[in-house]
Amino acid sequence: MSGPEGVRAGRRARTRANPSADAAAGAPLSDEQKRVEAAAAATGRHSRRRFGELRNIGLIGVLALLVLAGSLTRPAEFLKYDNVVVILTLASVGGVIAVGMTFVIIGGGIDLSVGAIVALATVWATTKATQVYGTGGVIFCALAVGVGCGLVNGLIISYGRIVSFIATIAMLASARGLAINISSGHTQTLNADNQSLVNLGYKDHFLFGKIPPLVIIFAVVVVVGWVVLNRTTYGRRTFAIGGNPEASRLAGLNVRLHTLLLYVLSGLCCGIASIMLIIITSSGTSTNGNLYELDAIAAVIIGGTLLSGGRGTLIGSVLGVLVFTTINDIFTLNNLTTATQQIAKGVIIVIAVLLQRLLAERRAGPGSA
Amino acid sequence: MPEPQQLLVMRGIVKEFPGVRALDGVDLEVREGEVHCLLGQNGAGKSTLVKVLSGAHQPNAGDIVWQGSKTQALTSPTAAVRLGIATIYQELDLVDGLSVAMNIFLGHEQARLGFTRRGEMNRAARKLLARLGHGEISPTTEVGRLSAAARQIVSMARALSYDARLLVMDEPSAALAHDEVKNLFRVIRQLTEAGVAVIYISHRLDEIREIGDRVTVLKDGRTVAVGLPARSTPTATLVAHMTGRRYEYVFPPRPESGVDEGAPEVLRVEGLTLPGVFSDLSFSVRAGEIVGLAGLVGAGRSEILETVYGARRPSAGRVILDGKRVRAGNVVAAVRAGMGLAPEERKSQGLLMHDSVAGNVSVASLRRYSRLGWLDRRRELRDADREVGGLDIRPRDPRRPVRTLSGGNQQKTLLARWLLKDCRLLLLDEPTRGVDVGARAELYTLIRRLADSGVGILLVSSEIPEVLGLADRVLVIRKGQTLRECDARDLDESQVLDLVMEGSDL
Repeated sequence: MSGPEGVRAGRRARTRANPSADAAAGAPLSDEQKRVEAAAAATGRHSRRRFGELRNIGLIGVLALLVLAGSLTRPAEFLKYDNVVVILTLASVGGVIAVGMTFVIIGGGIDLSVGAIVALATVWATTKATQVYGTGGVIFCALAVGVGCGLVNGLIISYGRIVSFIATIAMLASARGLAINISSGHTQTLNADNQSLVNLGYKDHFLFGKIPPLVIIFAVVVVVGWVVLNRTTYGRRTFAIGGNPEASRLAGLNVRLHTLLLYVLSGLCCGIASIMLIIITSSGTSTNGNLYELDAIAAVIIGGTLLSGGRGTLIGSVLGVLVFTTINDIFTLNNLTTATQQIAKGVIIVIAVLLQRLLAERRAGPGSA
Repeated sequence: MPEPQQLLVMRGIVKEFPGVRALDGVDLEVREGEVHCLLGQNGAGKSTLVKVLSGAHQPNAGDIVWQGSKTQALTSPTAAVRLGIATIYQELDLVDGLSVAMNIFLGHEQARLGFTRRGEMNRAARKLLARLGHGEISPTTEVGRLSAAARQIVSMARALSYDARLLVMDEPSAALAHDEVKNLFRVIRQLTEAGVAVIYISHRLDEIREIGDRVTVLKDGRTVAVGLPARSTPTATLVAHMTGRRYEYVFPPRPESGVDEGAPEVLRVEGLTLPGVFSDLSFSVRAGEIVGLAGLVGAGRSEILETVYGARRPSAGRVILDGKRVRAGNVVAAVRAGMGLAPEERKSQGLLMHDSVAGNVSVASLRRYSRLGWLDRRRELRDADREVGGLDIRPRDPRRPVRTLSGGNQQKTLLARWLLKDCRLLLLDEPTRGVDVGARAELYTLIRRLADSGVGILLVSSEIPEVLGLADRVLVIRKGQTLRECDARDLDESQVLDLVMEGSDL
């Protein structure tokens, strides 16, 4: 019988009785095969993991250098607990967004609307109408707006077949516009009933009295994100689809649904980030999140994720965010203007990417793919 | 009548690529004002020869004599054009977004100080088009809006604008309707009367008879017949020159009793129609059977595979797998039902080149290793390793990046993917392309063993001996139609060629 049982039995029988015996054992390796094997042996074992590790080590080195620079230029202030809390807290917001962005970019797309979604979420969540429902309502609303915008992005990109660059720019404009509309351009503060949310930012709520809750949220998001990316089928499929969407489609992966979910994930991260922003500023305004997308993308790229998709690391993105936040902090402490900070950021991005490419070429040898 | 001058002589041209000798000593001799036809099967070296002539490739050995003197000047496409050789490729190299005139003068625009002189270009273009008898094509029309035939004419006008002495045309009539072909011939005759020589590559014997003066046949990168008279050489002779192979194919033996008549049908295709490619196609594949689709490139065989697999949506017809209807135009459904595809372009459509062998093997079966989303990586690696060992993929390490593997081992990786998935029907599109001879025998044995284990196999290959040697049953396809369906043992290479080459009188 040739049903599925028969097939499987036949296959197992085949693999157990060493098939190479009759097929290949007698056949000598062809010249081409010999050449390829020799080349592969010479360049050593490549593994996606090794490559990522090397890059992460580089970034940690950069971070170490920055800490050195900070403590040298401002010894009295830089290494103090208060300053470290400031750095980590600021990094938390951008970091959560970068986690979502990492997924999207590895999956082969890009999300330029994250800043605007954060703005819209903070505004919607802090309207008088929403605040009636208390802190729970505020939190739920922010998350819902994030997920909703992500869903719209995903639908347009996956099923509307519009390129992610364009689709998310459209969302950028619309979300920002809607935010201005809802808030009538004003800043909306949290009323007294909901101040408890803001208290999460205060010292008495710190874990063990030392760790700000925002940093804990960031850490949780990073851990969950890492697990999903590296230990679940969803994460594995993200790499596949980003690396070669056509081959993934022909291998039977549901590329469209998967891509949709990527943008929902990014939107969710924006929702979480917006809650964190509300905690910090105790308000919601349409000018929030300005240029957050560029910061997130920059962090993801210097962290080692390829803009073209298919390869990347979440830890790298986290390190990238920390690097940028630390630079900002050092500049601020040294009273350098934001303009100088921006220039420095640009220079660092270029240097980081160049270094990455040099490292990649040296490891893989000339003429590598 | 003065003796026609020899315009181009090629002697002993050799062109090697890593792992393959595409041209192994090609001779060609073209006279002024003649239409010289080039005949040969897929893989015979025609495209490579065209690329050498157009300057895109440089030969590793051999002489090229142009207008009486040996030349080393064919170093680049620009150099070839300057020499007087213009090439019209099968996929016309026109820019859709530019106008007719701009395409004609692309690369050698009429310009002064960097500014293109639009008026002059349009006028010159109009003159060229009129010379070709197509004054109705306006030089300002966007090329993307033109019909296939008109684009062909624009390509020819472009070749003319270079004042070419030799025109190389690769399958020019492939996209043209009958009356458009007649017009094309009229234009060619005009050119040859003016002393321009044309190298005309085509599979259509009736065209070769009509327009050709002489024929040269290529086989396995060598010239096997030079300068045969186009009109008077019998088809049988031409076909005989084209067929047969230099090396021996080694095929595994077929099951002695033939495919079990009682074996259930794995695949049944009914009335499948893809507009413009094929219509009302019906056939079936039984468990344990290898069905081969033989035919020329462009006959629609890859499209048939893609439509069965759901990568293309048919306008009519049904695909039934194991008795259950499969949702059309949906790859996810097809794979879930038990189909697997090894696509034609292994590297761009099949493999995840940045990933490891194990990653490529397991990608279609991830569900099996998922517990509420969590990926059991150890079991995944273990199973992938088992398949790698079972198919003897070398090097043995499943964590190795798949791009470091040879073509044959990459193909095995694709097969391993579908083996792991336990598929019922395997669609193979050119499975041995880019695989060297030594590894082919291994692949054939693997494919036969797959079939013997109960999987149904639908095979597409442009190499006729491969289809005939490997398949149990063969469908001969030409232009989307099934010309013949029979046991593979009842056909030989010449018969298949006769069937697929149009205008054959046998």
